[in-house]
Formats: sequence, C-alpha cells, structure tokens
Amino acid sequence: MVSIGRRKLITLAGLALVPGALDACSSTSKTASNTSSGGTKNVTLTITANAIEGGKNAAEAKWVADWVIPQFQKANPGVTVKFEPQGVNDENYKTKIALDLKSGKGADIIAIDGIWTGEFAQAGYIKPLKDVAGAAVDAWDGWKQIPNAVQGAVSFQGKVYGVPQGTDGRVFFYNKNLFSKAGLPTAWQPTSWDDVLNAARALKKLKGVTPIQLNAGTAMGEATTMQGILPMLVGTGEYVWADNKWAGNTKGLRDVMNLYKTIYVDEKLGDPVLQQEANGRDSSFQEFAAGQIGILAEGDYFWRSVINPAKGVGTAPMADRDTVVGYTKIPAMKPGSGVKGQSFVSMSGGAGRVLNPNTKNADMAWKLMELICSPEGFAARAAGTLSISPRDDVNKTLLAKDPMLTYVSTEVLPITSYRPGLADYTQVSTALQQASLDVVTGTSVADALKTYTGTLGGIVGAGNITNN
Amino acid sequence: MVSTPSSVGTGVVRARRKRADDVAGLGRARAAAFVVPALLMIGMFLLFPAIWTIYLGMTDYRLTGLAAAHTSFVGLGNYTAAVGDKAFWNALQLTVVFVALSGVIGQSLLGFSLAWSLRRLKGWVRTLVESLALAAWVIPGSVNAFLWIALLDRRDGTLNTLLNTPGTAWLISDPMAMIVIFNIWVGTAFSMQLFSSALSAVSPSQLESARIAGASEFRQLFDIVLPTIKGHILTNTLMITLWTFNTFTPFLLTAGGPNRKTEILSVYIYKTAIGSGQLGFGAAISMIMLLINLAIALLYMRVGRKK
Repeated sequence: MVSIGRRKLITLAGLALVPGALDACSSTSKTASNTSSGGTKNVTLTITANAIEGGKNAAEAKWVADWVIPQFQKANPGVTVKFEPQGVNDENYKTKIALDLKSGKGADIIAIDGIWTGEFAQAGYIKPLKDVAGAAVDAWDGWKQIPNAVQGAVSFQGKVYGVPQGTDGRVFFYNKNLFSKAGLPTAWQPTSWDDVLNAARALKKLKGVTPIQLNAGTAMGEATTMQGILPMLVGTGEYVWADNKWAGNTKGLRDVMNLYKTIYVDEKLGDPVLQQEANGRDSSFQEFAAGQIGILAEGDYFWRSVINPAKGVGTAPMADRDTVVGYTKIPAMKPGSGVKGQSFVSMSGGAGRVLNPNTKNADMAWKLMELICSPEGFAARAAGTLSISPRDDVNKTLLAKDPMLTYVSTEVLPITSYRPGLADYTQVSTALQQASLDVVTGTSVADALKTYTGTLGGIVGAGNITNN
Repeated sequence: MVSTPSSVGTGVVRARRKRADDVAGLGRARAAAFVVPALLMIGMFLLFPAIWTIYLGMTDYRLTGLAAAHTSFVGLGNYTAAVGDKAFWNALQLTVVFVALSGVIGQSLLGFSLAWSLRRLKGWVRTLVESLALAAWVIPGSVNAFLWIALLDRRDGTLNTLLNTPGTAWLISDPMAMIVIFNIWVGTAFSMQLFSSALSAVSPSQLESARIAGASEFRQLFDIVLPTIKGHILTNTLMITLWTFNTFTPFLLTAGGPNRKTEILSVYIYKTAIGSGQLGFGAAISMIMLLINLAIALLYMRVGRKK
C-alpha cells in the first residue's frame, strides 16, 4: 500500500504542478483597480498620458504626480491614484491604449488625441461620458466654460466622449539670429508661399544652416500631415475632406506636392534625409534649437514644450527662446487663396481625456476627471508649461502671461481649420505622408499622386474621391 | 515496512502487474495523465493561436474603427490582397536578401572561419575573441540597437568620426547593408560555438595522416573536415535561416525605413497589424510567413535525411 500511495502521490503532484503553472501565467496582469467590500476604501484609480518625467511632456507628468494625485488623495481618503507614464511617439501611444482598451483593461482616465475619438468610438473602446459616469457628467459646471467648438474635438456623431484638454495652432517658427545674418527682417510676416521660399533662399547662403523644415514622410507620422501637408493644402483653398469626398489628385494637392518638390528636390532648401530618419522630428527639434534650421512649421507645442527653457520642461530647451525665436502666421499660397478666401491659415487639433468604459469605479473616476479639469487643475498645470486650455475662464486669466500663446489664441485660432473627425482619416493621413515621402525622395509629383489616389481608393472607395 | 511484510508483498505484486505494459512501468492511463498537461499547454499556447490566426486571417478585423466592433468574414480576400500588394513582395524580397546575406552567408561563414582559425589557439586570444562574439549574442537586442544607432548616427556617430565622414546618414544611404552587418555581428557567436564543438569532433589522427600524406590545409578542410561536420552545417543553416527569417531587431535600427527599404516580413507584419491596425490582414500575412517557415524546415529535413 505504501509504495502505491507514494507513486500515486508523485503522479498527483505532477498533475497538480501544471495547473499551478497555468494559474501563474494567467494572473500576471491584474492591473485593474479593485473595489473590495468597503465602498471607497482601497480604490485604485489610474491615469495615463503620453507624458513622462524627464522626457516627453515632462511638465504634464510632473503636474499629475505633484498636484493631481496628492490633491485627490487628500480629498478622498482611501483612494490611491496612480500614473502610468508613456514617452513614445503618438502612433505607438495610440496603439498601446487601443490594445489596452481592446483587452478590457487600461487606465481609468486616458488622454487621447481628439482625432482618434471617431475610430475608438466606432470600435466600442470608448463610450459617451454620460454612459460611463451617468448624471454626474451633465451636472458638472465646467461645461459652461468650454465652447461647443472645443467640445467638438472629443465628440463623435454629436456625443461627447471626453473632456477636452485644450487646443493648439500651427505657425512658422523662425530663428531671428539667422534671419538677421541672412539680411532678412526679424519681424517677419510672409504673405505668400513665394515669400517663404524667398526667405529660405536667402537663408541658404548661411553655412551649416538648413533653410526650412516642412515635415514630410511617413517616419514623422501625423506630424507630417498636421504640420506640413494640411496647413499648406488649406492655403490653396482646399480641404482634405469636403462635400463628403476626399481630396484625390486635385489642383491644391498638386500645388502642395510641388512646394515639397521645390523645397527638397529642386532647390534643396530643406534636408530630404531628415524626413526619412526614424527619429527625424526629434532631430528637427534639436537642430532648430541648435540654430541649424531657419524656418520650422510646428504647433505651439514646440514653443511651450519642446524649446521651453524652464528647468525639466523642454526636450530641446533654448535658454534664449524668448529673444531668438520668432513666430508668424502661415500664409496662404497667395493672398486670399486660402479656404474661405483667407490670406493666412492654420490647422488645429484638440487633446482630451476619456473615461475607460471598463473602469470599476466610474463615479470616482469622474470625480478625478472633474478635479483635473477644474480651473485650479488647469492653473496648476499651467505652472509647468502654459498651454491653451479648453476653459474660457482659465484662458482669460492665464494666457496673458505668454505672448506666443496669446498670439495663437487671438490671431491663429480665428483662422484655423480642423481635421475631419472620421475613422478613415488616419489611413488617409498615412497615404498623404507616403505621397510627400515619394516626392521628397525624387518621385515625380504626378507619380506620387497616382499612387496616392490608388491607395485612397482602397481606403474610402473610388467613388468618394475628388479629382480636378 | 518491515513489520508488515504482507502489505509490501501485495504492493510488489500489483506494481509488477502494472509495470508489465511499458518500459517506464506507468501504465497507459498514468502515462496519459502525465502527457495530457503538456498537450494541453501546447494546445492552448501553440495550436489554438495558430488556428485563431487562420480564422483572423479570413476576417477584416481591425484594431480600431467599425471593423473592430463589427468584424466580417472575407474568406481568402486578405490573401489575394497580400499577393496583389507591392509592399508584400517588397518585404518578401528584402527578407530573402537579408536571410541569405546576413544569415546563411554572413553568420555561417564568419562563424566557421572564426572557429577554424581559433581551433588550435589556446589562452587569452581565444578567450578574447570568443568573449567578444558572445557579448554581441547575449546583450539584449534593444541595447544592441542603441549601440548601433550611436555608432551610425548621422550627427555625432562614432563611425563618422572614425572615417572622418561627417553628416553621412548610414541608415538612410545604405540601410540594407547596415542591418545585414548588424545582424552578422549579433548572430555570429552561435555559428562560431556550434562549429567549434563540431571541429573538436573531427578525428585528429585522420587529419594527422592526411598531413603526413602531404594534403594541403585546403584539401584537409574539404576532404575531411567538411564531410565530418556536414550534419552540424545543416543544423546550423536551418536554425539561422529560421531565426533570421523571423527576426525583428532590425526594426529598432531603421523602423523599416527609409521608405520601406528595410521592411522585412516581420516588420511589414508589425507595421500592418499593429502600426496601422489591420489585424485581419496582418494575421493573413503571418500565416503566409508561417507556411514559408514550414517549407524551409521541411526542405532542410529532407536534405538532412538524404545524407
């Protein structure tokens, strides 16, 4: 009996080990917060954003750690708030949170780019705020301070999916030192593409200076579309999406591609190699900060977050930013040739924060959202780096402190344009980036646009394209 | 036990009866019980994902957007799309070049030459060379990539400083050559080690007699050494082909760029499935890649059997 018992035991132990191992595998990713029996006791909330201390958007990460978390934990004993930092390019961040949401996990409050709202909502990854957190959402007094146009940035099909976190605008930044060396005026306002090209031609005479950086190519992702192609396109009087159709081989897009050709191929006013580098956008920041780029098309993010001289804020800080860096509105191709007959144009995006529909503590998460989006929250956030907030009350008191952001809010936002909030947009955007890459690397404009319209047809259907 | 001889006796008898059916003496049922957990694991982590990939490959499943929530069956649509996709053929072609140059030719030849030239060396030279090759092999891929980015960087790269070629963007001007050299550097240690041990199995007396008979080093290599280690060469080539075929590390250097010039299959799948969210299409091309892998493995096994 004894010997049989022992053998049985060994067999059983062998069997018992395996399920144990399986258990160990399946229970590794228990990150979701838990509501044990005690109501608000032992609640853990997580916030995520593409921000990390010592890296990308450092000021936001610092604000979450130093203000949001202590404030909320003080007001709500028993609640632990955690921050999940990320410091990667936007495409990778988007993939990460999409995978999080798809697998039913992820942080309770997630920062997103407003342009993702449509595709995330269609996928069922995010839900209208009201569906997640109930009546408390409508009862929030903050909505009165956020204009409808700004709320639109995180809305889809008429429903609000998140609280906007701000908006921005694109301008031409330029290096005043290089401008004066090249004999150009340091108070510069070009009124046509030709003005910009002429300035670049003058800058070309300076040694070791790339005259202009207009983002191109796929490596920079959305930064190419948003800072390069689209602001130029609206300057030709065309939108990428109008009358339910997408711009295919249109006159405007041909003009934009020819501009790229002039800059990067015909006259070598820009650096075509940088457009292809895996980290080209970061390199463009470093080069501008080092005084090696004359003109750079970027959003106000560049001013407030990249070259910001405040300690620990910028990834390419410029101590003399306020005196050396100039900014000016992007001109239309010719005066009056822009959309709505405008002579100056821009593009704007909007960031937002959404509640994770998988949250186990929706009420508490919304409470945290209210704190983040309170006037005090935005004021504390602005202590690190000021940006245009979604709240009128906050903007009124804070923006005056920064002339650049005042300029964007008063001069640029009134003439700006927005991307179409459609799920197909991100794929169209990639196709546009490829077209610019083709042109920059030597393909003819006609061939690049032929490839583009072919790809576009595959995305939206050949019947939904404008060619003229 | 001693005090209860009767119970021990019955135990032995029973055990003998059970032991009779197989060598291990477990009996069919217990043997099965031992195997089942392993089979379950294989089923869960290998078979199920493979079948799931086949299924996904026949849908228009996406990471985001409408198709993520309402996925529809598209049959072989993804496969015909892949065959009609220029980017797919580009990736396949690049992969073949990459595997041939960096794996089959580069790593095997360099690994063998190192093993051959080190075989009679003892002492610190050998230790040094082996350690250097092994270091490249054991350092994590992400760290390796970082080192190489620093080496090849356009602005302050080590290589540009050494060659006095400021501003040369190696990863843009010669991307394929760079990832080939990179991969040779990373993977040579395996071939070197494998061939080192294989060479030590070559009979010294045979080599000695060949030398006495006046055979040149070249003749010794071709008539004695290579035939002896044929099996090792085959195994090494098979492993390296499959590894190189599936490797993803070059992505860390070039991200598949510039303009798809280093977009080998694994990178193409990643960019399609994860980057642009086309999970269904990505699954279909993964399936194609799996089939190519199987074909390579079968081919090598057939060659191996022939010898």
